[in-house]
Amino acid sequence: MTWKLRWPVGIVAIAASAVVFLVPFAFILLTASKTGPDASDLSFSLPKQWVLIENIKEVLHTQDYVVLRAFINSITLTVGSVTVMVVLAAMVGYVLQRRRSRINTVVHFLVLAGLIVPPAVVPTIWVLQGLGIFKTMIGMILIEVTFGLSFCVLLFRAFVGTIPRELDEAAIVDGAGPLRLFFSVIVPLLRPVMITVIVVQAVAVFNDFTGPLYFLPGDAGVTVQLTLYNFQSQTLNQWNLLFADILLITIPPLVMYIFFNRQIVAGMTSGAVKG
Amino acid sequence: MATTVARGVETTGVVASAPRARRRKSPYPLWFYLPAGVLFVVLFAIPTFASFYFSLTRWTLFKTEFIGLDNFVQFFSEPMLVSAFGHAFIYGFLTSAAKVVLGLLLGLLLTSSIVGRGYLRAVIFFPVLVSTIGVGVTFKIMMKPDTGLINTTLSWFGVSGPGWLTDPSLALYSVAAVDIWKGVGIATLIYIAGLVAIPQEYFEAARVDGASGWRNFWNITVPLVQPATNTVILLSLIGGLRSFDLIWAMTNGGPGFTSDVIASVIYKQYQAGFYGLSTAGNVVLFVVVTAIVVPISYLLTRREVNR
Repeated sequence: MTWKLRWPVGIVAIAASAVVFLVPFAFILLTASKTGPDASDLSFSLPKQWVLIENIKEVLHTQDYVVLRAFINSITLTVGSVTVMVVLAAMVGYVLQRRRSRINTVVHFLVLAGLIVPPAVVPTIWVLQGLGIFKTMIGMILIEVTFGLSFCVLLFRAFVGTIPRELDEAAIVDGAGPLRLFFSVIVPLLRPVMITVIVVQAVAVFNDFTGPLYFLPGDAGVTVQLTLYNFQSQTLNQWNLLFADILLITIPPLVMYIFFNRQIVAGMTSGAVKG
Repeated sequence: MATTVARGVETTGVVASAPRARRRKSPYPLWFYLPAGVLFVVLFAIPTFASFYFSLTRWTLFKTEFIGLDNFVQFFSEPMLVSAFGHAFIYGFLTSAAKVVLGLLLGLLLTSSIVGRGYLRAVIFFPVLVSTIGVGVTFKIMMKPDTGLINTTLSWFGVSGPGWLTDPSLALYSVAAVDIWKGVGIATLIYIAGLVAIPQEYFEAARVDGASGWRNFWNITVPLVQPATNTVILLSLIGGLRSFDLIWAMTNGGPGFTSDVIASVIYKQYQAGFYGLSTAGNVVLFVVVTAIVVPISYLLTRREVNR
């Protein structure tokens, strides 16, 4: 792109992006702020009366606070699975990058298989039932951990590759054992990629619909994505409430993005291009 | 530092077992694989292997009955199931190709010196992070034939928009378009990283040789950004072939079965209690994804090495 075009092209791009990417979000916000009758024609217009807070309150109230419970469930699931995932994947990614071992060929293969192979739904339910953890939060957390591992391992492996081995050797000479080497020397250096993995996986787990749909059915463990899905059939033509629910569910990823924009971008690309 | 080292020696007992440790203990112990490995085997590998058996059975909650290949015969003889097979292909390849082309173009645009670059990057990437169900429901409403935002806008220009999700010949493509809208941000991001990594010397040398912008693009940018292209192709193919949530949120596979894909058939059969048939669908999906992604991945990475 030549210098003299930076303004015209930039302005065209900004205008196009506003139409393509901002209008849908503005539409969500505007409809969520309207009263029921006002929202019924689905027009892209300013609300006659801004009732966003009331709508959100009403969404949270419906059906015995199901949305609120769903939020608690979703947050439990996200925090639990991301914590376990990060620790386990960091250990695997680290040894996978550092150790020269024949087992690593197998592990590499399994990591890629985990990335490519679609999970077999009903047999997984069968295993969960056998273990007595079907329809439980623990079972769901372990499922999310398992399905997310491969991606995290690849990111960790790529990042560990940028940490000089001399550091390990120095620590070993100083007498550090394997655990100490990993947790006191390597883990602190993994901070950037850890933040990335946490943010990316937190968003992925929070937004996961298929997993809870299959492995955590029932009202007790309902997650926000499922309530949104159910909401659209139950609140026919109460568009303001439906969009208030969508808005509510969009807030956590938005907050993540505002705070961790740089880490998401930096980490995702380092893993994607090198990995 | 000195104190931590001293404590390290004590707690790990390296001194006591030093001779043995030196002989066979690596500082990178294999048991680090264990916790992840157990989960992977129990919740992923075992179900995957079990699916090959269960796909050959009539399976209800209480019993399994071995029926050979009947499920697969049924899968490939019922038109609605066969069409789901084709739809998954169309969906996967269409979204993948679009993300490569748009991602590369947007990546080029966003690595150039245009104004508003930071804003553009942010706004294109944000949909990646938004709930698929939320996006699906929003677009479903915006795509309503009469009152939806898209057709209302088109009517200002005198165009009467089609029934994006109600027209059987269009529904699958409308959902694919939303998939591209939502996913192009990640492709762009990967391309930006790949483009930034291309050494500027190549372009300088080309300028000395008098190469045009177009030739620069085809002879320098495209080949050198190949790793990013491979990542985008593979990620979107893997995601696209097994895509479920967006389709389910927008059309439930309809109208009729015109936007059903393999993953939505798996869910429908599961819901209906045909666990064997559902699992056969899973095996089909497994075969489709591996048979497409593995050779492509092999071809692409080989090209990358030979460069």
